[in-house]
Formats: sequence, structure tokens, C-alpha cells
Amino acid sequence: MAEHVLPKRVYYTVFGILMLCTYLTVQIAFIDLGAWNTVAALAIAVFKATIVVLFFMHVKYSTRLTWAVVIGSVFWLGILLALTFSDYLTRRWLTFG
Amino acid sequence: MSHETAAAEYHPRALAHQFEDLGQQREAATLGMWVFLVTEVLFFGVLFATYSVYRSWYPGAFTAASHELLIWPGTINTAVLITSSLTMALAVHAAQTGERRLLMVFLVATMVLGVAFLGIKGFEYYTSFHEHHVPGPDFQFEAEYAQQAQIFFSLYFLMTGLHALHMIIGLGIMAVMLWLSWRGTINAEYYNPIEISGLYWHFVDIVWIFLFPLLYLIGRHG
Repeated sequence: MAEHVLPKRVYYTVFGILMLCTYLTVQIAFIDLGAWNTVAALAIAVFKATIVVLFFMHVKYSTRLTWAVVIGSVFWLGILLALTFSDYLTRRWLTFG
Repeated sequence: MSHETAAAEYHPRALAHQFEDLGQQREAATLGMWVFLVTEVLFFGVLFATYSVYRSWYPGAFTAASHELLIWPGTINTAVLITSSLTMALAVHAAQTGERRLLMVFLVATMVLGVAFLGIKGFEYYTSFHEHHVPGPDFQFEAEYAQQAQIFFSLYFLMTGLHALHMIIGLGIMAVMLWLSWRGTINAEYYNPIEISGLYWHFVDIVWIFLFPLLYLIGRHG
């Protein structure tokens, strides 16, 4: 794969979006959305992490093998969280009467 | 035939003998770093899982304890880290284009921002000690949540502490990168060390991107 030198404006744009998202996430935290506060905070965090991975970490321009490893990390993290939560967060479901 | 001979004769100094060319070497370095980062994702993943379980069990205590953290140092630190990621990305860019002086300037800027982050973090830790929010015999909190709030603060110190440790290691890596750049080892043809150090730095930034809302921003309304 040929090296890919990104124009600097890509980095400045990503930086701007990250700063804007940081401002948004703080502002949203002060609005009462109930359970949606956590959802909104995590959604913004996932979005920020994604653009850091794609542009700052150059994954968008990486080989398929790198893509596979990056997606693999999310996949294994998903297994870790799903199996942990399926135990700990469902224990109370079994306490009858 | 003559083309192949020419290719065989061209052997850049930075090219290790086991690789076909610099492109392959760069791919191998990037892939290797990502494999390491997968282990890091799972390392921090366990802590985030622990945090989630306890927060779902003790939502009241977690909200009350989170309110005790000052919001402005956390927010400033988020901005500082994002800015350091920008300077890191620009350092990699300068390495790719062979601008040695600019590369060194951006590496120093990244380190300065990293130190600033740790300084602000240190101020926060100092405040927590001062207010008896460090788990242990001296811990003080409103009686209703006294026990459960200690779990929040244990996780707070463990997660931000391990993150800070990664920052300190990152500063060490950046110091080595600065030395390599100063020595002239890094050039437009060979900049793998800068690229993969950048991957590490950005990863540490991503960890903070998740830590910040989860630790500082719980139930700030009302």
C-alpha cells in the first residue's frame, strides 16, 4: 500500500469537530433527558473515538488486515461486555416475590 | 530483468533485511502496533465493564460521587488531550513530508500538552485528597452513600491513574522520538516510529474520551 499523506486541513477539521463534540457533551449533560443522558454521552464518545481512529490514526487509509484487527478489537470488547452484563445485570430478574 | 536488478540494488538503510521494501515494513509496524492496541482495548474494557456494573447497581451513589468532581478541570483536560492529538497528527505529517524541524516542534508541543494534562490531573487528585474523597479510613461522604461512593472513587482513581500512567509512558516514548528526530533517523522514507507512537498517543486520547463523560458528567442536571 502506497503511503498516504493526508492534507493538513483534514486534521484541523477533525480537531474542530472533536472540540465541538466536547462542548456538546458537556452542555447535554446539564439537560435532563433521563436515561437518554447516558446514551447521548456514549454516542458522542463513540463518534469522537471513530473519527480519531479513522483520520488521526489513518485507519481509513490502511490495509484490510489493519481494518480486520481494528474491528476485531471492537468485536472482542463486545464479547467481554455482553457476557459480563448478561450475568451481572440480569441477576435481579430471578428474585421472585 | 534490468528493472529487477535495480530494485535489488536499492536498499535503504532503514530497511530491515526480512522485508521486501519500506512499504511492507511500514505495514508490518502498523499492524503490530494495532495488535498491541487490541490488548489495550480489552485491558481498559474490563475496567469500563466493572464501572458499568457498579453504576447500574448503585446509580444514586455514583451520581452523588460524580457531582463531587470538579467539571472544569476535566473539561479543560479533554480539550488539552484533543489538542495534543492534533499536534501528534501534525508531527506524523511533518515526518511524512520530511520536515525535521517542524516534526521536533510538534513533538515538543505534544509533550508540553501531555505534561499540562498531568499537572491538571495532579491538581484534581490534590483536591480529592483535601476533601477526603480518597477511599480508605479517611474517606468522608454523606452517610447514605458512604460505602458505595468509595466504589466510585476507587474506580475513579484506578481508571484515571492507569490512564495517567499511559500518559507518562507516552511522554517517555515522545522523548525517544524527539531524540530519534534530532539524530536524523527519521526522514520522509522512514517514519514508522513516529507513526506508531502516534497510534499509541491517539489511543490514550480515546480512553479519556470515554472516561470524561462516564466519570465527570453523570446526572449533572437538576
